[in-house]
Amino acid sequence: MPELRIVVCVKVVPKSEEIRVDYATKLLDRSNARSEINPPDMNALEIALGVKDRYGGRVDIISMGPPYFEPWLRVGLAMGCDHIYLLSDRAFGGADTLATTYTLARGIEKSGGVDLIICGEESADGATGQVPAGLAEWLNISQLTLLTEISLDLERRVATGRRSLKGGYEILEAPLPCLVSAKTAGNEPRFMDFKRKNWAYETERVTIWNAADLKADPDHIGLKGSPTTVSELASMPVRERKRKQVDGNFQSAVEELVSIIRGAL
Amino acid sequence: MPPSRYGVNEESKSIWVYLEQEEGILENVSLEMLSKGREMADLLKWKLVGLLLGSGVGPLALEAIARGADEVRVADHPLLAQFTIEGHGLVVFDAVMQGKPSIFLLGATLNGRDLAGRLAVRFRTGLNADCTNLHMDEKDGLLVSEVSGFGGGVVAMIEMHNHRPQMATVRPGVFEMREPDITRKGDIINIPVELKPEQIKTRILERVRSGVVDLTRVPVLVVGGRGVNGDFVILKKLADLLGGDVGATRPPVDAGHIERERQIGQTGVVSSPKVALCCGLSGAFHLLVGIEKADVVVSINTDPDAPIFEFSDYYIVGDVGQYLPALIQTLQSQREASHA
Repeated sequence: MPELRIVVCVKVVPKSEEIRVDYATKLLDRSNARSEINPPDMNALEIALGVKDRYGGRVDIISMGPPYFEPWLRVGLAMGCDHIYLLSDRAFGGADTLATTYTLARGIEKSGGVDLIICGEESADGATGQVPAGLAEWLNISQLTLLTEISLDLERRVATGRRSLKGGYEILEAPLPCLVSAKTAGNEPRFMDFKRKNWAYETERVTIWNAADLKADPDHIGLKGSPTTVSELASMPVRERKRKQVDGNFQSAVEELVSIIRGAL
Repeated sequence: MPPSRYGVNEESKSIWVYLEQEEGILENVSLEMLSKGREMADLLKWKLVGLLLGSGVGPLALEAIARGADEVRVADHPLLAQFTIEGHGLVVFDAVMQGKPSIFLLGATLNGRDLAGRLAVRFRTGLNADCTNLHMDEKDGLLVSEVSGFGGGVVAMIEMHNHRPQMATVRPGVFEMREPDITRKGDIINIPVELKPEQIKTRILERVRSGVVDLTRVPVLVVGGRGVNGDFVILKKLADLLGGDVGATRPPVDAGHIERERQIGQTGVVSSPKVALCCGLSGAFHLLVGIEKADVVVSINTDPDAPIFEFSDYYIVGDVGQYLPALIQTLQSQREASHA
């Protein structure tokens, strides 16, 4: 049996707790925010590395983004991944879901045969959660989304996963190759392996591909390959509130609060 | 840019709503989309069509008409009894290619997102995910979808000019649900389904559903943040006394103090309670999205500069650890007095 190959899709995002909100303009200031691996993708990495621990094989990272992603992606190597493929080209910029999933699909195909593709549930910045399903469609493979656990039957070539539902779960089985999305916070991502750390920051197991390398159709990528357009950006409409402080002594404040709540029901 | 499977010139002037059902009950978000869809269809004098898949789901078509649909297309087949991405994907794709709607809306539920994400690529069209509002541009029939960006502080209006259908997934709880009108008339069209078992690759081995938490329409929502120090028992007690339920901001959810289904805000639930009682939370934008629709916002926080006070109708600068027990005690003694 050939070696099991897993590809994890990873994005680098600004740390959400370091993004400041300007309450006057109600706009976001990302200028002082450091980057990190998109937190839901850490859950995807953990699922992938768990599969590798159990069944052997290799775990590669694929990412679409600017060159500055590279050092952040190396955290994944230190966690136990084997190789990074960074899809980086100015022409990939401004991509919506359709163009993003097309580009990732071309990159995964070029990187070789694959048994499992694992994505985070959504990105912390875009939060559309539509990349996993779109990617499965481009690759024409099965999908199991929002999993907290996965096991493989390599004889029958199927994956079995536990999928979170609203107020419950289901156990699903789908044939390999299969695209999996990891339920956010569905597992505890491992820390970097300090024995791998130096290697991870020095190794040349990083491949950077541009649009020409992928033989990507220029009409399918970036802004040009994106059917949707942003017509307007605005600060979130915030409803005006009364902003009345309830003060006075403790007991009267409590009673006032109760009557406010009762009055609104 | 590559064209979609059908273009603007071929579109039918209609808005389609994917009617998601679970064990013979239509999901609330489907009813909410029918209400909003009715409003948009009336504005443009277009047709509102529901697309219903399942096994033995016929009676739900009548409900969809009572809730605003002009027409319901029903695909009824034993292989559609449970959601599978392959079965539902094939049937929805064929139905949409047949009807060529200008607009196709799905709920941003677990299965709705899976289906929409795959189908958008299959149609080679764009998808606006997890929309918090929809508008119609009357002049050119363009759908303008409102999505909120990083943390919910910014909203983007997104439109699509040349690709069809104009697809969007709609976040549950953002639209009102209209009351059913059983005198409404509409057409029910049965769609022939030719599914073979071997086309369905996903197998459901087991399915467990227990109590579903629905915080979108509770009368009182008691939301706890970092400041409640993981004590959600006391919040629950207060919520029970008020006939409400408990929600949380992200930190206590991440810390495992409470289920993720109860997370309020950008990546969680948008709730429309009569009262939102915010306990020990600072008021980050991604949280505010979730309580924006509350009639009255009341908050308690020890920090006099807590941003949440800017977004509250009433606030107390104080410790939830002191105020919550006192509120509970007052409500209990009032209840005893009224029973006496």
